[in-house]
Amino acid sequence: MAIPKDKMLEMLHSLLLSRRFEEALTELCQVEGKIPGMMILCTGQEAVGAGVCAALRPGDVIITNHRSHAHLLAKGADPKVLMAEIYGKRTGCNKGKSGTLHLALPEIGAPCTSTVVGAGPPMAVGRAFAQQYRGEPAVTVCFVGDGATGEGSFHEALNLASLWNLPVIFVCENNCYAGAQRLEEHTRIENIADRAAAYCMPGVVVDGNDAPAIYTTALDARARAAAGQGPTLIECKTYRWRGHGESDPQHYQPKEEIAAWRARCPVARMREAVLALGLISTDDLSAMETKVDALVREAIRFAEESPYPEPREALEDVYA
Amino acid sequence: MPQLTVGQALNQALREEMTRDDTVFIAGEGVGVSIHDNPMLPTAGLLRDFGPRRVRDTPVSEAAIAGLAVGAAEAGLKPVVEIMFNPFFTLASDMIVNHAAKLRYLSGGKSAFPLVVRIKSGAGFSAGCQHSHNLEAWTAHCPGLKVVMPATAADAKGLLKSAIRDPNPVVFFEDMMLYFAPGPVPEDEYLLPIGQADVKRPGRDVTVVTWSRMLGVAFKAAEQLAAEGIDLEIVDLRTLAPLDKETVLASVRKTGRLVVLHEATRTGGFAGEVAAVVMEEAFESLKAPLRRVTGPDIPVPASPPLERFYIPDAEQVITAVKDIM
Repeated sequence: MAIPKDKMLEMLHSLLLSRRFEEALTELCQVEGKIPGMMILCTGQEAVGAGVCAALRPGDVIITNHRSHAHLLAKGADPKVLMAEIYGKRTGCNKGKSGTLHLALPEIGAPCTSTVVGAGPPMAVGRAFAQQYRGEPAVTVCFVGDGATGEGSFHEALNLASLWNLPVIFVCENNCYAGAQRLEEHTRIENIADRAAAYCMPGVVVDGNDAPAIYTTALDARARAAAGQGPTLIECKTYRWRGHGESDPQHYQPKEEIAAWRARCPVARMREAVLALGLISTDDLSAMETKVDALVREAIRFAEESPYPEPREALEDVYA
Repeated sequence: MPQLTVGQALNQALREEMTRDDTVFIAGEGVGVSIHDNPMLPTAGLLRDFGPRRVRDTPVSEAAIAGLAVGAAEAGLKPVVEIMFNPFFTLASDMIVNHAAKLRYLSGGKSAFPLVVRIKSGAGFSAGCQHSHNLEAWTAHCPGLKVVMPATAADAKGLLKSAIRDPNPVVFFEDMMLYFAPGPVPEDEYLLPIGQADVKRPGRDVTVVTWSRMLGVAFKAAEQLAAEGIDLEIVDLRTLAPLDKETVLASVRKTGRLVVLHEATRTGGFAGEVAAVVMEEAFESLKAPLRRVTGPDIPVPASPPLERFYIPDAEQVITAVKDIM
């Protein structure tokens, strides 16, 4: 079944926006004093967020992690409040309490972002449990990296989600590296999706740089979850173009390997696919790219012009 | 007023809150069908009366149990999850310490995590140190958590009901030996504010600040000392976080002497925090150095004479009191 045009264009827009947003961050974090703290990018992996989130409906929830920019932008985050938070400004989505690492936007259904590797799945179980408990037609998606599958919490959560038939989709964004460790250095498993068998749930491998393929896979998993047929584990095989963080010199990533994966760029592939299918004219594509560029420029302007929080605002928001 | 044990009072609190509010659910290992089947357990009979939708036996998966609570609470449910023994808190601690306690702050106040983690605590049943290890000071060290540790049946009921209604994550320590201790319990709506200590015995000479099962030890010491003309004032902290400094300071300002008593081990124990508050804010009222009476800095041993040696007793309180008189 062909993917509707509006979904294809939605994914294209999301991919272009995430890429432009992170290209800007790549430059900005080199400028002394502009962006505090770590900078963890998902450049090259944008198809996962774009494809999965295009399959979701309003009311669905995503639980994401430290490598979250593409997920959040695809779920509908305002680039301005994300950028302001990354800058540590008061107008950021979390008033400067989070910074780039734990961006949480309950208003768009992204409430429980965690940088503790493997912490997402247990919370996703709880979020999906609430959906089931109330009889809501919604589902929860949990994005994890390949490294998270080494955590006990990942396995506890998959087991419980399966046991209780919870409406949850575990999306493993296998970017070939957990920190500096290649997949084969941290597990004997070749396909992380195979782990699903241990929990009696479907495990699906999909090309993690192919947004439409991810969309179709997520749509199936969503339908299963919403129909009360329980969770799915989707493994999206992709690649981390950048280091773990921007301070990582990537000595352990072969240059040829990076080049080979860059040649499979998910943004370029989507652009070509949409053009080949005649879903957009080159003029309209240029207009979309110009618009995305303007969105990112506006986000940077907003962040730079926004005030920092007052130091004593650190004392707020501990308790409800 | 009806007499209930602490276990029965907690059970009544759970029943009342579950009846009042459909968003309250119970989950944990053996909260429905239990290997410790006993009518004095707080969760006794809940599965029968509220059904499996709301009373969820879980696999042996503490991280998933606590994560279930965090995720469900963010969604607006009121999870009351149980950790079977206090040392197993370590297995759930990432979800409680890094998530329940911090995600509201990280969200800039957008999210709330109204959950209760009930932790069965206390030594005294010869199970050894991996089942007996009171870790309340760890949790009180985590901003974002409220920490409650009641001693009487009435307090247990009133505080658990308040914990369930609190918009914040509450860690609720229940001493298992107290499950069988009876006391008067008000019927129906009985709510006690979290963060309020209680002067359980007014006295003249020495303030004993304590909580949970050590309240009984303090009373035993007070009775013996009364015969010698020494009048103890016993402050039951009931809540460790937020700490009711005012009640503690008012008592110390009156008596001028302080003993802090807890079952947990000494170094880094919560007695140190109480002592520091008194030194900072009521030093001029002290007529003598304060004393701590605590478990020694050892894991809780299993053999009965060893375990009795571990658990603070009235004799140690009496010695400490006389030492500063």
